[in-house]
Amino acid sequence: MFTTASTASDKLLQMFAAILLFAAVVGVILFIAGRFTGKRDPLVAYLYLTPVIIMLSVGLLYPGLRTIYESFFDAAGNTFIGIDNYTTIIGDAEQRTVLRNTAFWVLLTPFLATGVGLLYAILVDKARVESFAKALIFLPMSISFVAASVIWKFMYEYRPDQGNVKQIGLINQIIVWLGGKPVQLLIESPLNTFLLILVMIWIQAGFAMTVLSAAIKAIPDDIVEAARLDGVTPWGMFRFVTLPAIRPAVVVVLTTIAIGTLKVFDIVQTMTGGRFDTSVIANEFYSQSFRSANQGLGAALAVVLFILVIPIVVYNIRQLRRSEA
Amino acid sequence: MFGHSSRSRVALAGALSVGLAFSLTACGDSDSDSSSGDDNKAAAIDCAPYAAFGDIKGKTVTIYTGIVTPEDTPHKESYKPFEDCTGATIKYEGDKAFETQILVRAKAGNPPDLAFVPQPGLLQQLVATGKAVEAPAETAANVDKFFGEDWKAYGTVDGKFYAAPLGANVKSLVWYSPTEFKDKGYTVPTTLDELKALSDKIVADGGKPWCAGIASGEATGWPLTDWMEDFMLRLSGPETYDKWVKHEIAFNGPESTAALEAVGSYLKNDAYVNGGLGDVKSIASTTFQDAGLPILEGSCSLHRQASFYAANFPTDTKVAEDGDIYAFYLPSKDTTSKPVLGGGEFVLSFADRPEVKAFQTYLSSDVWANTKAKVSSGWVSANNGLKVENLTNPIDKLSAEILQDPNATFRFDGSDMMPAAVGSNAFWKQTTNWITGQDTKTTVDNIESAWPK
Repeated sequence: MFTTASTASDKLLQMFAAILLFAAVVGVILFIAGRFTGKRDPLVAYLYLTPVIIMLSVGLLYPGLRTIYESFFDAAGNTFIGIDNYTTIIGDAEQRTVLRNTAFWVLLTPFLATGVGLLYAILVDKARVESFAKALIFLPMSISFVAASVIWKFMYEYRPDQGNVKQIGLINQIIVWLGGKPVQLLIESPLNTFLLILVMIWIQAGFAMTVLSAAIKAIPDDIVEAARLDGVTPWGMFRFVTLPAIRPAVVVVLTTIAIGTLKVFDIVQTMTGGRFDTSVIANEFYSQSFRSANQGLGAALAVVLFILVIPIVVYNIRQLRRSEA
Repeated sequence: MFGHSSRSRVALAGALSVGLAFSLTACGDSDSDSSSGDDNKAAAIDCAPYAAFGDIKGKTVTIYTGIVTPEDTPHKESYKPFEDCTGATIKYEGDKAFETQILVRAKAGNPPDLAFVPQPGLLQQLVATGKAVEAPAETAANVDKFFGEDWKAYGTVDGKFYAAPLGANVKSLVWYSPTEFKDKGYTVPTTLDELKALSDKIVADGGKPWCAGIASGEATGWPLTDWMEDFMLRLSGPETYDKWVKHEIAFNGPESTAALEAVGSYLKNDAYVNGGLGDVKSIASTTFQDAGLPILEGSCSLHRQASFYAANFPTDTKVAEDGDIYAFYLPSKDTTSKPVLGGGEFVLSFADRPEVKAFQTYLSSDVWANTKAKVSSGWVSANNGLKVENLTNPIDKLSAEILQDPNATFRFDGSDMMPAAVGSNAFWKQTTNWITGQDTKTTVDNIESAWPK
């Protein structure tokens, strides 16, 4: 009954049914848990944990292991081919471009987005129009990646330098105003990859700014005052007071953006479809698995992505623990 | 949000049962019944051919297809005579994600009764799942009578005939402006040499003859595969084309290289492209929907694209032989051969029931083709029983005439039949690189090496 809804009303009904089903399951768990009256009964703890463990095993653990297993098989998923898919990722010229682009993304986006966010947070801190200024830079955060990509696609749009054809893209119009010739911004590699990264920075800077601004406000006033009395320069204040005080927040922001950037898919897919040497691992994984019907290589790319994310996640958790301790 | 009190538990139980009731309703109510209303434009038909399948009154046939709004309406219209005859109901389900979903549904054991499959390659994959059913003898007889051998072959897998052709489209078309041709004294070319001469003449008159665009999101590059297939057919003939598609000859062989170079003599020629859109590279960034529009502004004269491109012109454009826009057949090397590149859908069955067989037979008949023609615009079939005068728009008439021409040899879009790693990946990607500067040899070599071993 959950497979062939064709009309909108059917889909709505199915949605309600699914929500109610979920509510029912939660209700049953709460009901059973309510039977146990003992305050520190470990049974209750396990009971609450069970759904999480089941969901994680079914939704995360099993597919994860299955993906690793499939990455050792050929395109159709029938024949065991060892580590061939991984040698393709390292050896094939096209896949190497994918790895190169992913490296650009991960090295540039977190630092630039955090840098911009931090600078902005310091500049507007205690300014008169602080909340308005913050809202401005936070707005891109509330737009979906796809919508942001569509907006920026128009920014980069190209029209030829021909007769009375008018530019419709802002960037090329500026180039023309300055006396230059319009450029095919999304086709020239590797320029196009950096222009896509700019979109991600535009989105993520707001997130960095918000978190870091909150951290700056949490710095105790007495430390700031003591530094001022010692005659600290603005740079010294930033380098020796602000930055050490908000270090945990900076690390969390950096790693969170890095993880998000590693998995970036929407921007590349919407703006270039991975063409003109702009593909990244997540996009290539999709196109190999679903368009190119190469399950094995797709799985291997997913595993590579997973391996790259792990150290960042581990570092992130360690930092969190340290700051809590 | 849920407390521990018994009252909320009761409420919860109530909610649960309501939920079940909802989902049951969802089961019973979900057919988009197409037989409602008596205002059908489709005329009554001879019911005799369907009586042989027994009493199928009250039975239901489900259809799953990628044909969605607005093209689904004429489809549903055209089923009414069958429903009136037999009392059976046709349940139509259109889904844009058809091409990925149908395989999932077939593998999961939840296929529809009938699927309209737009690619022979996908058809073979579906038959390979073991869930598909061979076409009944009555349908096969219809196909023998109304369709060419070439079409029947595309519905046949391992010597068994599964799927009858449904709709068709013609890709070997060049769009032009009849007004401009008349004003400047150009004539429609009938050979490839004449096409070249015409292009040169337009250049001599100070114009850019061709406009092209291949951008289509992640499918960027597909119009180039059509170009190359058209030239493969013209320069090397249909038999070599078949071998090329099946990879019996290498993709980086001399035939392939010659075809791509011939395309390059048009599309990578700065004197020929890209009217109103930029230089050669701008082909890569222009969407295929926008690529032919400069003809209307007079900044380009020729645009090679399939029959379905008619829908991309503004609604007030007159598409006719004496109008603002029309198309001519992309000529062959000489006038003795007439290869036609195109596409179409095939009706694959997953159910062995009489009402399904009866409906399959109806869809493969000339009666259905003519019924469908009368209620739709922008639709054509390779069915020989289709009367051209029943078609409503000029491009459909032109397409039907090309398809029904006894001299014409039809070939299915090759990239749709190649393995996905080539047909919907390397072929698109490499030809896109080719238009932005990569040389022909590297391009064909890269596509050859992407072919699954």
